[in-house]
Amino acid sequence: MTGTRGPAFLDQLQAAEPEGVVGHNLDAIDPWIEVAPAHLASVCRWLKHRSPVAFDSIQCITAIDWFEPDAKKAAKVSWQPHLELVYHLWSTAARASIVLKVKVPRWKDDVAGRPPEVPSVTGVWRGADWHEREVYDLSGVWFAGHPDLRRILCPEDWEGYPLRKDYEMPLDYHGIRGR
Amino acid sequence: MSQVADDPRIIEFDVRTDEMLVNMGPQHPSTHGVLRLVLRTDGEVVSELEPHIGYLHRCAEKIGENVSARQWIPYTDRMDYLAAMNMNLGWALAVEKLMKYEVSEKARHLRVLIAELGRVASHLVGMGAYGLDLGTFSPFLYAFREREKILDLFEEACGARLTYSYITLGGLTADLPPGWLQKCEAFLDQFEPIIQEYHALLTTNAIFVKRTAGIGVLSREMAIDYGTSGPVLRGSGVDQDLRRDGESIYTAMYDGYAFEVAVMKNGHYPSDHEYPAVPADAVLGDCWHRFFVRMLEVVQSMDLVRQSIDRYSQCKGPLGEPLKVAEKIPAGDAYLETEAPKGQMGFYVVGDGSAIPWRARARSSSFSNLAVVHELCRGCLIADVPAIVGSLDIVMGEIDR
Repeated sequence: MTGTRGPAFLDQLQAAEPEGVVGHNLDAIDPWIEVAPAHLASVCRWLKHRSPVAFDSIQCITAIDWFEPDAKKAAKVSWQPHLELVYHLWSTAARASIVLKVKVPRWKDDVAGRPPEVPSVTGVWRGADWHEREVYDLSGVWFAGHPDLRRILCPEDWEGYPLRKDYEMPLDYHGIRGR
Repeated sequence: MSQVADDPRIIEFDVRTDEMLVNMGPQHPSTHGVLRLVLRTDGEVVSELEPHIGYLHRCAEKIGENVSARQWIPYTDRMDYLAAMNMNLGWALAVEKLMKYEVSEKARHLRVLIAELGRVASHLVGMGAYGLDLGTFSPFLYAFREREKILDLFEEACGARLTYSYITLGGLTADLPPGWLQKCEAFLDQFEPIIQEYHALLTTNAIFVKRTAGIGVLSREMAIDYGTSGPVLRGSGVDQDLRRDGESIYTAMYDGYAFEVAVMKNGHYPSDHEYPAVPADAVLGDCWHRFFVRMLEVVQSMDLVRQSIDRYSQCKGPLGEPLKVAEKIPAGDAYLETEAPKGQMGFYVVGDGSAIPWRARARSSSFSNLAVVHELCRGCLIADVPAIVGSLDIVMGEIDR
């Protein structure tokens, strides 16, 4: 997972997707590029098909909930509450990786319970299918354009998104005590 | 619906079969745990297969946000419980990557020793259980007989037989007891000739070859597109093994070790040992090749164990103490994939400066390997479904987490 970055690769991406790339940090432990949610699919298509390093495989999609439920602690944190999606891509030929980060609001239109929308990348890598379903299931992100977006690990009638920081276990699930 | 042909003596039956939904699992012996498969079948032919997972879901990632990084080690044991040592290693290395921590030379070689022994144990289960899936019972007993000996060795080293928590943040919980290396070498000496027995029992067995060769062919492109890894990916002819191609923090562990990646290159498998020939019916990417890659890796791992015994016993320095349970991890994030027996196991840790990770993520290799199963099973016979699912060598504890 080395030697992918270099200004050439990022410059080309920025030239191809000027509005897609909104930030980057190439000195981080895992160098990352921040992508605007609306341009995620086209940036991914570029990275797979046109990039000099063809990222032909998706390894992992993670959602991080940046939210502090404790009001006292929340006053001290340096970030605004948001949801961060992290895409780990891998190039089989170059044996190199790159990280994409996408920042979205915690809820769509600030209505609690409405998952924010991000374009699906299943059209780029078929392997993204189950990963997106898992993120939807546990973190509550709606992947627009996913062919079959439904819960994968939790039961179909489960309520809420367990990996949200303000999630509370239901008191009762079909007669089973929750907490 | 019957039709009368032109010749009145011949009656042709246009046999129309009804599509049937067959539910397989979650309690089915050949699904390797609680996996439920819904098959849409037309007679004996599977037209569509849909896996349902989540029956073993414990939300380990949520637990990871509530315990310190080292306290999460026992939870990683319970992911791939057949290769718990390799799970411990994956998480330990990911956190060490974030902390920029380096373990002692002795701990490094001991980790290689333990991880490779864990790989042998995992592949033995994979092989034995695969025999069971295909209806032969004895390979299972032969495989478990040898696996027991590895578990005995592990028990002596750390006290547990299945959920070890032996490899941990900053090294290992304890050094090996006196006399352990001799016992391990005795095991290797005794085990090496037995591999030929396995090849006679399964690899070259005519029935086994008929059941696996040319079945469930996974093309190279599809294997990469679905993000499969490990023996599933190498069985499709992709030359990738993170022990050689991974990130420097992981490959540094194997610095100076000699091994050849078990993959078919230019129509040939590595010839460092005597291996049976590839049967004529086998197609690259089929069940047989996935199985064969695992068998080669057993031999390869045993070579690595021998090498690590040499290096470990030459190390003079101390093993070093593991990190404290409440050791603070820095703010930032790090992702690391390691080559676990079942594939590339990724761990992602996000720290906020406290001892408890802000986010702990496990990218399961079996999860991605299973995601391709509906493609492999399209158009196959019902009897081939266990052969295909078994060849992926999945563990539900790791898929559902």
